[in-house]
Amino acid sequence: MALATLGYVNVELLWWEGCPSTARALAAVREALTELGLDGAEVRMREIRDDGDARESGFVGSPTILIDGVDLVPGAADEQIGLSCRVYRRRDGRVSPIPDPDDLREALARAAQRTEVKP
Amino acid sequence: MTIAIGAEAPDFQLPDTDGATWTASDSAAAATVVVFTCNHCPYALAWQDRLADAARDYAARGVRFLAINANDAERYPRDSFDAMKARVSGEDWPMPYLHDATQEVAHAYGAKVTPDVFVLDSGRRLRYRGAPDADYDDPGENAQWLREALDAVLGGAEPARAETKPVGCSIKWKQ
Repeated sequence: MALATLGYVNVELLWWEGCPSTARALAAVREALTELGLDGAEVRMREIRDDGDARESGFVGSPTILIDGVDLVPGAADEQIGLSCRVYRRRDGRVSPIPDPDDLREALARAAQRTEVKP
Repeated sequence: MTIAIGAEAPDFQLPDTDGATWTASDSAAAATVVVFTCNHCPYALAWQDRLADAARDYAARGVRFLAINANDAERYPRDSFDAMKARVSGEDWPMPYLHDATQEVAHAYGAKVTPDVFVLDSGRRLRYRGAPDADYDDPGENAQWLREALDAVLGGAEPARAETKPVGCSIKWKQ
């Protein structure tokens, strides 16, 4: 799905070095952006270094992807703030360390449409 | 410390969620699979069904699986002994789930992540160490690396692939 007249989408990827899924998550974000015609969008990387960083950011696991400041996946009630790898669910129910690509793509598309550039 | 392939693996004595005590030795098992795992890691969870299937498939051939959780439960309450018990009671576990509260066993084995798989032969010598298979995200992989190693050990041969890079969440050491 290419969105021709999109505005600015702010994507931030919060990561922790104890979890090996950062590269895969970043690749998934970039792939989704490309599919949406948002290749130029910047993905800001923010390292969560310690428990203090985690508390300050409300970090519930790596990777956490914020789109226009909003978590891609609304946090579950039992999610614990701290340094860990985040558990995601694919649409087919499988557990995964990164979000479902369709969830990612749809969230980015919604954000892009919200900020669509008017002629 | 990391155990070398072919070296004797450390013995241990750990409790499981049902109150039984397990050791690496003292067994008539043809092989023992020691898996360091946990409750909260997506990699461990993604591979769990494949490991459970392998445990069921190889039980008749005299292979026993021992799952061990060594994570610091104070910082990660989802890995507490009580949480382990709750998980086992709510799922179908074909292997005992052991608690390494002091983390001594994880240190002795040189475990790094969850899951981290160690295959021991009947003499407790390490024959395989690493990931269950090539891709956590592909159930079709079916713990192939682990199965190949077990088939070799049960056939009296050396696994062609004795070591792979374990992939998963870092073990949460006590600070």
